[in-house]
Amino acid sequence: MSAPLLSVTSLKKYFPIRGGVLQREVNTVKAVDDVSFDIQPGEVVGLVGESGSGKTTVGRTILRLEQATGGDVRFDSADVMKLNAADLRKYRKRMQIIFQDPYASLNPREKVREILTHPLKLHRIGTAREHEDRAAKLLETVGLSRDHLDRFPHEFSGGQRQRIGIARALAVEPEFIVADEPVSALDVSIQAQVINLLEDLKTDLNLTMLFIAHDLGVVEHICDRVIVMYLGRVMEIGPVADLYTRPNHPYTKALLSAVPIPKPGRRRDRVVLKGDIPSPINPPSGCVFRTRCPMATADCARQVPKLKAIGPGHLSACIHTT
Amino acid sequence: MEAETPLLEVQDLQTTFDLTKTLSIRAVDGVSFKVNAGETLAIVGESGSGKSVASLSIMGLLPKDVGRVSGGSIKLNGREITTLSDAEMREIRGKEIGMIFQEPMTSLNPVHTVGQQIAEMVIRHEKVTAAKARARAIEMLDLVGIPEPKSRVDNYPHEMSGGMRQRAMIAMALACEPRILIADEPTTALDVTIQAQMLELMQDLQKKLGMAIIFITHDLGVVAEIADRVVVMYAAQVVEMASVEDIFETPRMPYTAGLMNSIPRLGSSVNKIRLEAIPGTVPALTSLPGGCRFHPRCAHAQALCSATEPALEAAEEGHMIRCARWAELTLAKQPVS
Repeated sequence: MSAPLLSVTSLKKYFPIRGGVLQREVNTVKAVDDVSFDIQPGEVVGLVGESGSGKTTVGRTILRLEQATGGDVRFDSADVMKLNAADLRKYRKRMQIIFQDPYASLNPREKVREILTHPLKLHRIGTAREHEDRAAKLLETVGLSRDHLDRFPHEFSGGQRQRIGIARALAVEPEFIVADEPVSALDVSIQAQVINLLEDLKTDLNLTMLFIAHDLGVVEHICDRVIVMYLGRVMEIGPVADLYTRPNHPYTKALLSAVPIPKPGRRRDRVVLKGDIPSPINPPSGCVFRTRCPMATADCARQVPKLKAIGPGHLSACIHTT
Repeated sequence: MEAETPLLEVQDLQTTFDLTKTLSIRAVDGVSFKVNAGETLAIVGESGSGKSVASLSIMGLLPKDVGRVSGGSIKLNGREITTLSDAEMREIRGKEIGMIFQEPMTSLNPVHTVGQQIAEMVIRHEKVTAAKARARAIEMLDLVGIPEPKSRVDNYPHEMSGGMRQRAMIAMALACEPRILIADEPTTALDVTIQAQMLELMQDLQKKLGMAIIFITHDLGVVAEIADRVVVMYAAQVVEMASVEDIFETPRMPYTAGLMNSIPRLGSSVNKIRLEAIPGTVPALTSLPGGCRFHPRCAHAQALCSATEPALEAAEEGHMIRCARWAELTLAKQPVS
């Protein structure tokens, strides 16, 4: 295997909770706790989990949109956490992000032309004359046209706005993209258009992607490997076909069985989890999933289970795994 | 079965929104459907299809001064309800029609305990004592699976988790044993594991209490799990209506088939296929295309599709289609693993 493009080791992000008159730190939310994974060049890795699992925080911390509490992020062997401001800018040219909400992530006062040439100016790529051509080309890449350059975001539909968000991310020709729920806010018929676009871009531009989503169907469709997170920790990692057909961790099993199947009359043996996700302020001791786990035993409370290999590239963090 | 009066009968419903003094749109345009006792009808559509407005029209909850039912009829147990006064509608809502919405935090009052809110409903509709109403509240919380209902009854909504609030909202909607429950995207904001809990709970309660459910959603997976019959809406109209098996097995309207083929299904990693996206976007109600409203996006459109608006026709018993070409089309279906 070649050297990974991105390597995340024991990543931690704790958010302080302040209280009292003096706004002293009274507690912490462990949003991401000891997360490690690699991404190979050209690979699309899915990061799935329910709300509060820390998946978005992982994405933001890798890009240094949040400062990590601990751990190590290496991009093309450079230590991302230690880059100074000038180096960070160079690094950001190589890593971009696509946001979930196409309504909130585009400046409403800027025309598409400005939205798309901004990153070029910031990173001093090309001349002003070239920018226009580049912007027009970007629009064509994402299925829009040059005529759209002088329009404002409000003149577009949700799906079109998401295409503009993708074009903006592509403007600086990044090698790596964090896509944070890029299709969740879109209607079904439009969602398929954007998924197809992302798949084409992945092939045409050889993009490496961290694809964050809660929709397991979408993730299976677009990703090569999947990371399942729960309460800030990794429960299972594996190649997509492997993990979806042979899920190992009880949480992955429950998650997959909870997905409604668009075929009437098929009643599956569903594992319906009891209760809600616990608060990340006081996560359960030992295995964080044990309070909802159908297989939990007394041992589960004692130690945090380590990721164990159960197949090629397939790891699961459950002490009951044999 | 045929002669029986349906529990709810919506006939040629038109709902108009006056956007400005001169500009109005028809958010619901000639919609008809029936709901029989004890059955689950799903209304499916994308944003702007009119599915939520149709349900607000039934409940009499259209925004005042802007939206109004401008035509057609809605009959509940044979009684016309579009002409009722606000006071009369208040008697029906909660008592005969229960409602649950997407966001439990906006439908529960944050300054009253959950128990007070359920009890208030019961007292209002059934004229029972406060003690009896409180007992009913506890009983309902127990029914929807809230642990320790005797102490939870005194919780404020903010003291409950998201899933529990959703349960409390269902408890409130069902406290007076309505014959019909309208659920507008009740699981859309929830995580899949909580969604699975809710769907199981609603099916359970339906079996126990025998109410009919109108389930409004955009999620075809959820539809397949809970619906008996399905209404597909597009640009304010019904475009297809059939039993859940027929809708999924033999969709006849190209839009329905397109929706089916554009959802990424589990199993795609083993059996890689490209999604068939529907090109273009849903038209704005202010600038609807002539002829069939779906024709600019339809792969099967011909000249006649842009010329005349197709009527909703019965293909067979209980299967209605709005497409000029349905009889000659064979629609491709994505294989299901």
